[in-house]
Amino acid sequence: MNIFQTLRVALRAIFRNKMRAFLTTLGIVIGVAAVIAMMAIGAGAKARVEQAFAAMGTNLLIIQAGSSSTSGVKGGFGSQPTLTWDDFAAIRDEVASVKAAAPMLRASLSVISEEQNWTTSVTGTSPDYFDVRSWPIDQGASFTQSDIDSGTKVVVLGATVVEKLYGANANCVGSFVRIGNIPFQIIGVAAKKGQSATGQDYDDAAFVPYTTFAQKVQGGLGKYLHGSIMVAAASAQATTRAQTDISALLRDRHHLARSDDDDFQLRNLSEIASAQQEGTDTMTTLLASVAAVSLFVGGIGIMNIMLVSVTERTREIGIRMAVGAKPAYILAQFLVEALALSTAGGLIGVGMGVGVATWLAGKFHWPMLIQPDVIMLSVGFSALVGVVFGMYPARKASRLDPIDALRFE
Amino acid sequence: MAGLLEMVDVTKVYATGDVELRALDGVSLSVAEREFLAIMGTSGSGKSTLMNIVGCLDRPTSGTYELAGRHVGSMSKNELAEIRGQFLGFVFQQFNLLARTSAIENVELPLVYTGTKSRERRERAVAALERVGLGHRLEHHPNQLSGGQQQRVAIARAIVNRPKLILADEPTGALDSRTSVEVMALFQELSETGITVVVVTHDPDIASYASRVVSMKDGRIQSDETQVPRRAVPPPSKKPGEAAPT
Repeated sequence: MNIFQTLRVALRAIFRNKMRAFLTTLGIVIGVAAVIAMMAIGAGAKARVEQAFAAMGTNLLIIQAGSSSTSGVKGGFGSQPTLTWDDFAAIRDEVASVKAAAPMLRASLSVISEEQNWTTSVTGTSPDYFDVRSWPIDQGASFTQSDIDSGTKVVVLGATVVEKLYGANANCVGSFVRIGNIPFQIIGVAAKKGQSATGQDYDDAAFVPYTTFAQKVQGGLGKYLHGSIMVAAASAQATTRAQTDISALLRDRHHLARSDDDDFQLRNLSEIASAQQEGTDTMTTLLASVAAVSLFVGGIGIMNIMLVSVTERTREIGIRMAVGAKPAYILAQFLVEALALSTAGGLIGVGMGVGVATWLAGKFHWPMLIQPDVIMLSVGFSALVGVVFGMYPARKASRLDPIDALRFE
Repeated sequence: MAGLLEMVDVTKVYATGDVELRALDGVSLSVAEREFLAIMGTSGSGKSTLMNIVGCLDRPTSGTYELAGRHVGSMSKNELAEIRGQFLGFVFQQFNLLARTSAIENVELPLVYTGTKSRERRERAVAALERVGLGHRLEHHPNQLSGGQQQRVAIARAIVNRPKLILADEPTGALDSRTSVEVMALFQELSETGITVVVVTHDPDIASYASRVVSMKDGRIQSDETQVPRRAVPPPSKKPGEAAPT
């Protein structure tokens, strides 16, 4: 009696009661389908979050000036200028674990072309900014150090701004726009970067040399840097070290005593990313427990039907034993039957889950990602459920006494 | 002479609670090859228990039982299953065919468990069915066959593994008198070809076709007589195998 014969006998027994077999597997089908669909959509969402963080730039640190404290009223970070341009230069030039650093002076300003106008976030920064953000220039070029030195009125526009002012994919390099009534020449368009994790459009932005920004928008380039500094660490591993190094450097430069709080704030963007990651991991754990419960319930359904089947076929078991079937064969036969039921349920569930996920993703424009390992795991788990819950009925069948079984009505 | 079946002082005791039931009480029996034995007795006489032990479906409480030179009295369930598959064929009152399974697959069943290759299985099953006169009913299911035909399928299943011994428990109990004679004629034929046949019955008429009659009472052998068997001649009005309902 080989495995194929056992399988054939089991499949025949299943096909004799098609409706019953279908209803039996329904628990597993629905459980697996739900898991596959939810995982596909969950993984899609996760992939989108990861993509968003990748778009933001890797190994990023943001340094903001400290909070002000006037008569007990505490302003937010950045409300009191503590960062100087010399601090910025020191961070950029003296910290080994820092690859690049760029200042960010920000204001929401109206950008006006001949035809249109659009209010966007205008950032005064250095050419390094595009390196820090790993953000290539699509058309034209970025401004250069000489633009910084002489405070040239040039601007690099984000793709969204170009679209609003000139229409999608228009070639606008060389044209002039007015920002706060001052004409700027467009020298470049940044490549499309997409959305941040929180849904903010990175491409809705314009970039000008920080010297120009400080003079024309902030009213002069003084000692203090009225904005923040964005730093790219040399590598992902170096991020933490860069954080410590910068912190030490700034505390030293600001002459802070050991007991003083930082007068600046240092944020690690990968920390935010990992918090987000933890959120999705919690979701995955939750899904897995829902799956476990539904598979457990499905397994009980299979055990129930297998017990009914063993009772119904007691006489058949007796006949098989009388003509020479060993108890182990009977055990194998019923076990394979339970296994076939649960695995079929798992496979149908995968099919349904993929279908549902595709349908939902199409209907609501959700991202989705079918993971082969999730599919394999689901089917494997279904099979395991069949073996675990099929064992008791199969053992019961194999331990029947042939005489009693033959006499069974 | 050492027979096919040697049973010495076999007892079978069923203990239900405090009550002890001696279903078999010191039975000794020796059956030679080619014998056609009828075991008679009323219900409760112990003939079914004897049949179960002879058929290796059950083990004696005490005493020794040898089948074809093998001590089967002390074998494990697995070994007993193997012995049944190799040496024994069963025929039951209620036929006990697998429902919704064709005649040929029913007949092939014992060979499945001895690991015979599928082509040989089929060939031997066809031969067995032809031998019982059902070569034209291979693909019929039990519910498409008459009682007599079903019993002949069961007999084909019993002989397909070329057993030494066929055990029939009230094989004609569910059949009319004509088909009963047909079935007994088949057993006589089989016994002539060298298979030992043991028929358990309460019907003296059926026992008269056997060459030896053992009568049981209260778990003991009451009488053991050799006789000249009555020749089973089926009435000629219908040819065997053509009584199928359509």
